Amino acid sequence: MNNVSLRRDRHVLFLAIRQIYRHRTRSLLTVLGVVIGVFSVITMVTLGNGATEAVRASISALGSDLLTIRPGQSAGPGGGSGGGPFDLADVEAIRGQIGGVVVVAGQAQTAGVAVRNAQSWSTTITGTTNEFFRAQRLTIGAGREFTHEEEEAGKRVCIIGATIVANLFQNTDPIGQVFRVRGISCEVVGVLEERGQNGFGGDLDDTIIMPLKAVQRQLTGNHDIGAIAVGVDPTFNSAAIQAAIVALLRERRNLDPTQDDDFSVLDAKQIADTISGTVGILTLLVGAVAGISLLVGGIGIMNIMLVSVTERTREIGTRLAIGALGDEVLLQFLVEAVVLSCLGGLVGMVIALIICITAAPLIGVPFLFDAQINFLSFFFSAAIGIGFGYFPARRAAGLNPIEALRYD
Amino acid sequence: MVEPLVRLDKITKVFGDGPTAFQALRGIDLAVEGGDFVAIMGASGSGKSTAMNILGCLDTPTSGRYFFKGVEVQALTRDQRALLRRRYIGFVFQGFNLLPRMSALENVELPLIYRGEPAARRKSFAMAALAQVGLEPWASHKSNELSGGQQQRVAIARAIVTRPQMLLADEPTGNLDSETSFEIMRLLRELNRGLAVTVIMITHEAEMAAFASSVVRLRDGLVEQRELAS
Repeated sequence: MNNVSLRRDRHVLFLAIRQIYRHRTRSLLTVLGVVIGVFSVITMVTLGNGATEAVRASISALGSDLLTIRPGQSAGPGGGSGGGPFDLADVEAIRGQIGGVVVVAGQAQTAGVAVRNAQSWSTTITGTTNEFFRAQRLTIGAGREFTHEEEEAGKRVCIIGATIVANLFQNTDPIGQVFRVRGISCEVVGVLEERGQNGFGGDLDDTIIMPLKAVQRQLTGNHDIGAIAVGVDPTFNSAAIQAAIVALLRERRNLDPTQDDDFSVLDAKQIADTISGTVGILTLLVGAVAGISLLVGGIGIMNIMLVSVTERTREIGTRLAIGALGDEVLLQFLVEAVVLSCLGGLVGMVIALIICITAAPLIGVPFLFDAQINFLSFFFSAAIGIGFGYFPARRAAGLNPIEALRYD
Repeated sequence: MVEPLVRLDKITKVFGDGPTAFQALRGIDLAVEGGDFVAIMGASGSGKSTAMNILGCLDTPTSGRYFFKGVEVQALTRDQRALLRRRYIGFVFQGFNLLPRMSALENVELPLIYRGEPAARRKSFAMAALAQVGLEPWASHKSNELSGGQQQRVAIARAIVTRPQMLLADEPTGNLDSETSFEIMRLLRELNRGLAVTVIMITHEAEMAAFASSVVRLRDGLVEQRELAS
């Protein structure tokens, strides 16, 4: 083209950054929406994940390869309406006839007040066998388990939890000591290792465990078994074992095919999955609501950018007159929006992490850094910058320089 | 015959269409040699601003041909015209059109940014341009802290920093008092002579037009008269 050079040069990226710095206050207000959006998404999801993990952990503390069989159809403690209790023959049938079963512990439970010297404490008493400790993954911290003789004879011995130690023995060594419960005396032979609370606020250490026969003879006065804990071999499919137990018990309880089960088999892992699944869905829901605030933040950016384009019409006209290309003006405004929203995303991430690290211990959930949601939120805020920045940038680039120069 | 820097050949410009159409230029012929200092005068509505926009490659004619350095401007795309402005044309506006919040130096650097000059060269070129308009000590002042005359000097520095071949000044003294106006005019004449930059200036004041080497009078979209300045 003759001696006229129409070479293109690109050096506009930093113009945007300079502009943002020059309008610090406005930039901050512009990105506030994105900051809050990213912050809430990350906080909600991170704390939600922590809560899911907390629930899962506390349920699997009950024993992840544990099936609990109760009469009736209610999942709650104490059984539900319908079927009568089990007996020892049921326990032995499960032990003898179901493959993949490692331990089976029948339990007879009752409530009562334990008394020692001037101290009294209302608690639950469980009669069971040593297998119960295996099934429930309980560890004897001090002392010992029941002897075979104690189990067979139904001796009045007991293994107690930390809460009982604290309330009846004021944390002195209880081994060999005797206290009374529901009018019978009982010698402490072991103490359970402390377990804390379960996922629902119940105290796992508030328990007295006696041999099954002792509870049946001395306290409940019958041969009923209120619950059966079944520990399964983790290499077996617990659903198949569950089905086999259901079939066996239906047969033993003479249920005809039209009748519903009058007992229930609970899989601890299944409960954990169900509950953490529910918490997971709630987390997703809250995260999605927070995501909407991120979207609103993007609209905020678009608004301010549009105002900025109008306010800077003369400036844009000047830039175009001195030779800025439409693309360069477009790029400048687009980069401005993207840099703003990315900045907002970063600030939101940092605030979210600080809040999560601080708040997680306060609400009792573990802090789990979720790289995916952090990356996703940041990516989304950048995308918002492009999406909502493009329209104002397009408008700026398309201005007629003559009219823009005349604009007041 | 040597091609002049600028040649307008039967340029017309019509705004709108149908019964409301307005013919701003009715066929202008004009040649400006490199190094000239031309003042364009005319009553409002005579088409001088329209002619200036076409000369500055900001607008395209409805018909006719505009040659800048032999290139037919009306055939260029919007981007090509922008690149042509960037490299060969400097603009001085009546309202100065400096970017607020930016220092005088940053304003002068602006065209160099679009030319992709590295920062160090930008700064030294911009300082040199500011020195040429006598504002070197004011380089770091924000443009809104300067007086009108100073602002127009910064704008002139911005226009000449790229060493353009043509300086287009649209009523450059329209917002200034007469004493400052003369200073600006003397500066423009100095640049015209010292840098051999072609200056085309719109004005409606004969006193200012007197600084030019020739005066073109427009009337109703036509060149009425071209004369050498007194």
